[in-house]
Amino acid sequence: MKTVTTATTATAARKIKKASLSGTLARAAALSIVAALVILPLLATFLGGFKTVGELRTSPFSIPAVWHGDFYARILGDGAFWRFLGNSLVISLASVCLTLFCASMAAYVFAQIRFFGSKYLQSYLLLGMMFPFATAIVPLFLQVRDFGLLDNALGVILPQTAFSMAFAIVLFRSFFRQLPKELFEAAHVDGCGYIGFFFRFTLPLSTPILATVGTFAFVQSWNNYLLPLIILNDRARYTWPLGIMQFRGEFLVEWNMILAFVSLTIAPALIFFVITQKYIVAGLTRGSVKG
Amino acid sequence: MYDDGKLTTIFLFLPPALVLFTIFVIWPILNATNFSFYKWSGYGELTNFVGMQNFQRLANHSIFHQSIWNSVKLVLVSLLIQIPLALTMALLIYKKTSVNTAFRLIFFAPYILAEVATGLIWSFIFDGDYGVTAQITQALGIDPIYILADKNYAFLTIITVIIWKYFGYHMMIFIAALQAVPHDLLEAAEIDGASPWRIVWYVKIPLIAHAIKLSAFFAIVGALQVFDIIIPLTNGGPSNSTHSIVSYLYYFGLVQLNVGYGSAVGVVLFLLCIVTAFSYKRFAIDKGGEL
Repeated sequence: MKTVTTATTATAARKIKKASLSGTLARAAALSIVAALVILPLLATFLGGFKTVGELRTSPFSIPAVWHGDFYARILGDGAFWRFLGNSLVISLASVCLTLFCASMAAYVFAQIRFFGSKYLQSYLLLGMMFPFATAIVPLFLQVRDFGLLDNALGVILPQTAFSMAFAIVLFRSFFRQLPKELFEAAHVDGCGYIGFFFRFTLPLSTPILATVGTFAFVQSWNNYLLPLIILNDRARYTWPLGIMQFRGEFLVEWNMILAFVSLTIAPALIFFVITQKYIVAGLTRGSVKG
Repeated sequence: MYDDGKLTTIFLFLPPALVLFTIFVIWPILNATNFSFYKWSGYGELTNFVGMQNFQRLANHSIFHQSIWNSVKLVLVSLLIQIPLALTMALLIYKKTSVNTAFRLIFFAPYILAEVATGLIWSFIFDGDYGVTAQITQALGIDPIYILADKNYAFLTIITVIIWKYFGYHMMIFIAALQAVPHDLLEAAEIDGASPWRIVWYVKIPLIAHAIKLSAFFAIVGALQVFDIIIPLTNGGPSNSTHSIVSYLYYFGLVQLNVGYGSAVGVVLFLLCIVTAFSYKRFAIDKGGEL
């Protein structure tokens, strides 16, 4: 292959050009088809909330003939909808704060201080990344019950935080290790101890990783279904995934109401995603590809 | 002794994470192991020791076999359809252009939607009276087909939704890996006259093999813990044919408060996860990774 003559390079170049035109078309076609398959169900959901049940039956995927805003309005006017969202928000924000707080401190110790047992403790915590929390839901349920935390937001927040701890610590630890060592030495000479350094230098320098871990913990908690399902029984305490399932049970065939409800819950998620995608992708790739 | 608060930091910063993790992750899993040898309703003393009976019942339960088989199907579909699709998309759009970024966002968006909302959207799409099949059957003038309630096809819907929701996630892992491939290697291959196909097959794919293995690992772990998507789509039915291991655990262990039996399922799931994690470490781990 290394002894190419000018003639063959010329034909090769022509070949590549030809291939690249049909290649571009094929590429555009493939991307558009896949993109359409991703978007259409979401679009149908959003539009479906504006249609009557009759219209949904005959043309589920078209633009509504008449835009009926009342199904969306009915849900937005329903106190239960806002309560579900509020409950989810409280639980998610609390989980995020608790995760950031506990995980960043633990990761700081592992990254900054060498001590006997550090390795064992890290392996111990990493065990948490190996299995889903579903493995232990039965004992977990009993435990939360024995703590008297059933039907209590804390009964969701604490296990939620505990299960996202391992991943958060791994992300924090690798970030903290990359911070320049000279910084600590300089602060150390100026009489700054470990605790002071954490609050005055490490944390302020770590906003990207705090945002990444926070976003991840938030999405996980916001979308969680199984844990609230086993812990929360009282309708007044439902998070939105529980609420939406109950709503589905009530409005069995009124798909327009259900689709409107779904749209109203995924719309903030999609907006949130567009704003935070940088951090989500960073967490994903840092946590996976680099370890 | 002068230690700038090293010890204080360790004793102040580690316990929150360790305590939460131990109480809500490790302790329930140890309990599950213990409970799995008893027949217990979760109330009163733990006295009815039954040895391996729970595991024997599990090994003989056809619905459990089905749930394992369903997980195997999900893994196979992931490896044979989802990952190739994700890889193709990643190869098409990994270069940093604004059009590519837009496609990347679209493909990744389903990943951040809540599983429950996703399941509801697709249960509309697959509804025999409203969705895609309704359109087809109406056009053909035949009776509606309810695929979600059809034993032969119900699981196919779950497979479809899982590909739809997660291929973007795998794609992101591949994109990150592809962007890290050194440019000079690709240029060298081009100068040597290698065709684009050959570059993909002999240069790019081997160079991101670690990411593909990691992706496969995530697909397996994901298949083992599917739950949220199944509930709104088929709820394990028709006639318990579409259970995953976790939904099986939920219905046959937790809902009926068979603590011992549910714990036994949890232990089996735990072992499957451990085996997956260790075989991944053994056969596939990227030396630089620290997962």
